[in-house]
Amino acid sequence: MRKLLNTIYVTSPNTYLSLDGENIVILKEDQEVSRIPLHNLEGIVAFGYTGASPALMGACAKRNIALSFMKPSGKFLARVVGEVRGNVTLRKAQYRLADNKEQSIQIAKNFILGKIYNARWVIERATRDYAIRLDVDQLKKVSKVLANSLQFVDQCEDLEQLRGFEGEAASQYFSVLDELILQQKESFYFNCRNKRPPLDNVNAMLSFVYTLLAHDVAAALETVGLDPYVGFLHRDRPGRISLALDLMEEMRAVYADRFVISLINKREVKAEGFTQKENGAVIMDDDTRKIILKAWQSRKQEIITHPFLQEKLEWGLVPYAQAMLLARFIRGDLDGYPPFMWK
Amino acid sequence: MLVLITYDVNTETALGRKRLRQVAKQCVNYGQRVQNSVFECVLDAAKCREVQHKLEQIIDKEKDSLRFYYLGNNYKSKIIHIGTKESFDVEDTIII
Repeated sequence: MRKLLNTIYVTSPNTYLSLDGENIVILKEDQEVSRIPLHNLEGIVAFGYTGASPALMGACAKRNIALSFMKPSGKFLARVVGEVRGNVTLRKAQYRLADNKEQSIQIAKNFILGKIYNARWVIERATRDYAIRLDVDQLKKVSKVLANSLQFVDQCEDLEQLRGFEGEAASQYFSVLDELILQQKESFYFNCRNKRPPLDNVNAMLSFVYTLLAHDVAAALETVGLDPYVGFLHRDRPGRISLALDLMEEMRAVYADRFVISLINKREVKAEGFTQKENGAVIMDDDTRKIILKAWQSRKQEIITHPFLQEKLEWGLVPYAQAMLLARFIRGDLDGYPPFMWK
Repeated sequence: MLVLITYDVNTETALGRKRLRQVAKQCVNYGQRVQNSVFECVLDAAKCREVQHKLEQIIDKEKDSLRFYYLGNNYKSKIIHIGTKESFDVEDTIII
């Protein structure tokens, strides 16, 4: 398995990213603040930036280093994509598969199976760990509903229907997510998922973390030679990384949601770090963003055993491992796409 | 793994000073300058060979010397820093 390299997060405003030899040099008001060799990096995420030099963009594209620009809120702005290259035959196979309804649904089904399975695991795990503090009956009920929808999804033969099952399962799962928040309940609560803009602290964190995950997943797809823009479940739309969103589905609950909840439960984020604007949108301050990024990066370095590959790897390589399995399936080396089912 | 690269380049002649600049420039490409002629580089085995080869091409073996210290993957407990020029860890979370 590949080695997990580092990601730089540039959060301070007025920083300019430039290239010097094989180094990325970070300048603040023309003063060099940091210099890092590119071969140590896997990705660069810049929030509220002043810019990056074309030379650096070119160097990143050439070395497959994902360079993304975000708004300070975490809203995605742009990604640097280099020349189209890599495995043409693989990409063509992907396009053919995406155009074929019957075959796309087989893959899409697996994404959703993974998603529901993992959502159910999060709930089951919580009932096991905190049996006394939680409304176990309610959680078990939802878990049962999810187990049922796993069966429906398995037999489903229509994309629209599949989206229906997915939506239903997601709303069931989100209906009990609030239960899992055990600390700081007065300022961190979850009623429903809302975005553009997120209207409460938990949603603000979820949106931010989903963007980070999407960056990683898109980069992983690009690395194995797939086109992140051509999805099977999410329809093609200009500028939308549909396949990355597809692949993200199965990781949301175990990778992102649980991460957000544990930050709250461990009291690593505080209510003071969030402010509400007049239109109801909740934004985080710089310190909170830094806390989240730091925790995210150390979560990515935790070692797990991949349930399908039975191989030890870092959490941060899970998107890469799944992208690789998807590529193998599209190439015809695997009979089906094995979703990431966390145990 | 962490590789510590140190060098001594004879700068009595103009050619020597040129070699010194070239060696330093190459080292910067691979790692972090922790002292004037001391670089800490986090590299894989292939990159190690690469930098070693490149530097060997530059120096004059009669006059200059290069040293590579291989500190392995668990190098964090092996380094103590005292004084100014605090370095940073390229494998740790980097938020700027």
